[in-house]
Amino acid sequence: MSGGSWGAGGVAALIAFGPFSEPVTVSHYMVVGAVMFVAGIVCMAVKRNALGVLMGIELVLNGANVNFVALSSPYLQANGPGLGLDGQAMALFVILLAAAEAAVALAITLNFYNNHATVDVDRAEDLKG
Amino acid sequence: MDAAATLPLLLGLAWLAPLVSFVAILFYGPRMGPHGRNAATVATAAIVTSLVLSLLAAGVWLGNHPVTAAVAHGGGDHGATGIPGADSPGGQGPGHGGEGHAVGEHASGGHGAPVPPSYSGDWYTLYEAGGLTLSIGWWIDALTVMMFVVVTLIATCIHVYASGYMHDELHDVTDHEVHLADGSHLHRPGRFPRFFQALSLFCFSMLGIVIAGNLAMVFIFWELVGICSWFLIGFYYERQSASNAANKAFIVNRVGDFGMLIGLMALWGALGTLHFGDRTVVDASGAPVARPGLFSLVRPASTGHALEVPAGMVEFAAADEVAAVVRTTAAQGGGADPGAVAATVASRVDDWRARGLGRWLLFIAGVGIFCGCVGKSAQFPLFVWLPDAMEGPTPVSALVHSATMVAAGVYLVGRFYPVLTPDVLYVIAWIGAITLFIAATIALVANDIKRVLAYSTVSQLGYMMLALGVGGWAAGLFHLVTHAFFKSLLFLCSGSVIHACHTNDMRKMGGLAKVMPWTAGTMLVGCLAIIGAGIPFVIGTSGYYSKDAILAQALAFANANPGRGWLFGAVAGGAFLTAFYMFRLWFMTFAGEPRDHHIAEHAHESPPVMVRPLVVLAVLAVVAGWTLPGGFGLANLIEQARPAGTGGMEQGGFLFSGLVVPPEHESHEGAVHVTATLTAFATAAAGVLLAAVMYLWGWVSPHVVAGALRPAYEFLAHRWYFDELYHAIFVAPVLAVSALVSGADRGIIDRIIDGLAWSARCLAGFDAWIDKWVVDGLVNATADVTWNAGLELKKFQTGRLRQYVTFIALGTVALFVLLSFLYRSTFAG
Repeated sequence: MSGGSWGAGGVAALIAFGPFSEPVTVSHYMVVGAVMFVAGIVCMAVKRNALGVLMGIELVLNGANVNFVALSSPYLQANGPGLGLDGQAMALFVILLAAAEAAVALAITLNFYNNHATVDVDRAEDLKG
Repeated sequence: MDAAATLPLLLGLAWLAPLVSFVAILFYGPRMGPHGRNAATVATAAIVTSLVLSLLAAGVWLGNHPVTAAVAHGGGDHGATGIPGADSPGGQGPGHGGEGHAVGEHASGGHGAPVPPSYSGDWYTLYEAGGLTLSIGWWIDALTVMMFVVVTLIATCIHVYASGYMHDELHDVTDHEVHLADGSHLHRPGRFPRFFQALSLFCFSMLGIVIAGNLAMVFIFWELVGICSWFLIGFYYERQSASNAANKAFIVNRVGDFGMLIGLMALWGALGTLHFGDRTVVDASGAPVARPGLFSLVRPASTGHALEVPAGMVEFAAADEVAAVVRTTAAQGGGADPGAVAATVASRVDDWRARGLGRWLLFIAGVGIFCGCVGKSAQFPLFVWLPDAMEGPTPVSALVHSATMVAAGVYLVGRFYPVLTPDVLYVIAWIGAITLFIAATIALVANDIKRVLAYSTVSQLGYMMLALGVGGWAAGLFHLVTHAFFKSLLFLCSGSVIHACHTNDMRKMGGLAKVMPWTAGTMLVGCLAIIGAGIPFVIGTSGYYSKDAILAQALAFANANPGRGWLFGAVAGGAFLTAFYMFRLWFMTFAGEPRDHHIAEHAHESPPVMVRPLVVLAVLAVVAGWTLPGGFGLANLIEQARPAGTGGMEQGGFLFSGLVVPPEHESHEGAVHVTATLTAFATAAAGVLLAAVMYLWGWVSPHVVAGALRPAYEFLAHRWYFDELYHAIFVAPVLAVSALVSGADRGIIDRIIDGLAWSARCLAGFDAWIDKWVVDGLVNATADVTWNAGLELKKFQTGRLRQYVTFIALGTVALFVLLSFLYRSTFAG
């Protein structure tokens, strides 16, 4: 995914001769994962709504999950299929943890709302040094 | 009664009774009644106990050894009727711990000289090493018994008198002679018990000297007497003059005691014993061994108790000859045999003695012991302490001047008499004559009533020493006893006067006979006794007998030594001066009109407790010298104790050639006695008359005489400048050296020490600075940095969640970038 030009004229050429001309490899998945990760980070960094931040967290986690799954998928290995299911297991753990984390985070958010009548994370500065 | 067992017991208890009183008052004094009032009772009871025991002992003595006139002239050829070799075996006193030794009055082995009865032994051995034994023991003869009676009798009178005299000390005292810095007078609590405590110790010490059986014990109690005098003379120690006088008495006595120590060392080093009497000791194998005492060594029975240099001293002085004998014996092959050497040495001792070896040692021993007596008995040149000792309370003066301290010196010369060679005796006579003359002249012009008496004491002590020195053993000791009575009487009378007038200055007195008749009368008796008043050849006061004996002996000495007649002149001149100054004192104090009406109006007779001892002593001052028709009397009692071999004529001195010490019994008879008595009477009468002319009738004004003889008067009024001389010779150099040394101490040693302290302080300051600014600085800087870093880092803790996320993301990226650089440059590169 090197030096592709993002000029408007280049989009058709990109579609015709760019990435789509090759088979889907691990790199493609990793690009998707990276995009999701960055999107999640940006979401966490710019959203003031606590729920939005939580969504960003989900994005980050799932971006990582994509990488896990892609890197351990037996179908994507250039040198033939392997039997390692480590990535998948890790992804399941991450989903599990994300669910738990979401439960705790939502409970915190509800309590914060009860106390402050808002879910703006910028107002949550009681621990400021 | 068995005298050998009884006498040590009685006199030992008499000796210890004042010690019991001293200890009791020391610990319980302040609790004895209000202000310790009963301390006087305790001390008086103790001394009365001593007196009673001494009188009992005297009774026992007289029962065993009756005094008869026959003994009186017991010179060389009278008493040789005894059993040959009859040294009675020692009386084993059960419970005394030591062995007793009694010597009968029988002559030994037909040599002629009688041996006086005496008892000696040891109660307790302090220390024993080699030949030396230091012990607490006794030597009892007629002289010891008599001294016990005299000392305890006079001390009893003084105790009774002092319990009245010292009543001021029963409550708080304001001492008008002590000026404090703020101009007021010293106010202090009374010290009544303390006085009697020291008085008891004083009596105990003096009795210890009298009973002592060896010179080491004498020396112990000698020093105890010294310290007691220091306590008592310095009784009013807040007064500068009193504390100075106490120190002076103590220090001057140490000078004499230094000589005494030399004498002790000479005796011990050469003879190996300090015991007076013979002893029987048990040697290692259990066999009894006879150890001759000093008296037997110097005057052995084998020579008929004639003086000879002891073999120990001869061998000591003949060290070179003894070494030669050892070499010769060794060369002859007998070197390993000490017996052969000892036999050769013993055979040559007579030879060496004839060559004069060892006589210097004996001379030094005698003079050394006499040095101690010079200090204690206030002889020239150490007499300066005695007049200053007047700073003590008057009863102390009376005790010091009569029965205790100054008597100790004369007593020791008398006790030690057998060991003194004619040369030593001549030195003693010289010192005595010089002392009596100087002191008598100073007494002529003194105006302080107690100082007149003090100088008169010094003068009378000179008489005694002179008497002993010219061979008048009995005369000197007789005068010691009679003087003890009348001098204590005179002092107590002067105390009574001072008590009434509150001044010592005779120029403010006069006419007191009307208000204090008892004091005036008894003091007149004392004055008559001291000048030796009496009807010639009939009867007289005690001083009449003792002084006549001294004059007679001095005259006999002058006759025997034609070139040395001036001694008699000194004695006769002294008698005249004595009569003059004593009656000058009496006339100025009691006769005529009062000079100071204020004092005369307030004067009063003293209370009975003070007057009664005066009367007792006055009676004794008159009768003490009398000899009863049966021969009983002090003079004969003393004669009973005459040391063996001293009754005859002593001839020859190696220092003073042609010296003859005449036998004493000759002076009691014939022309010598008549001349002496008439001389004494004439000089005394002349002295009294002159005093009357100047001070009673006023025909010649003393001021005119003093004015006409101004230089002489000044010389005498300044006490021959002795104090100034000693100050210039001894005190001033010592002070100068002290100033120099203290200057060096302050200027050099203190400077060095101060400098060291200063540098240590600087170093410490530098250390403190390092600690404060470097060590603490580092610690504080660390804390500050940490603190500031915390403050800075605090700013990142904004509490903004979104910011944190940004930081995390960017930080992670930054870490990756950084690591990628590092990885490349460090690990991969």
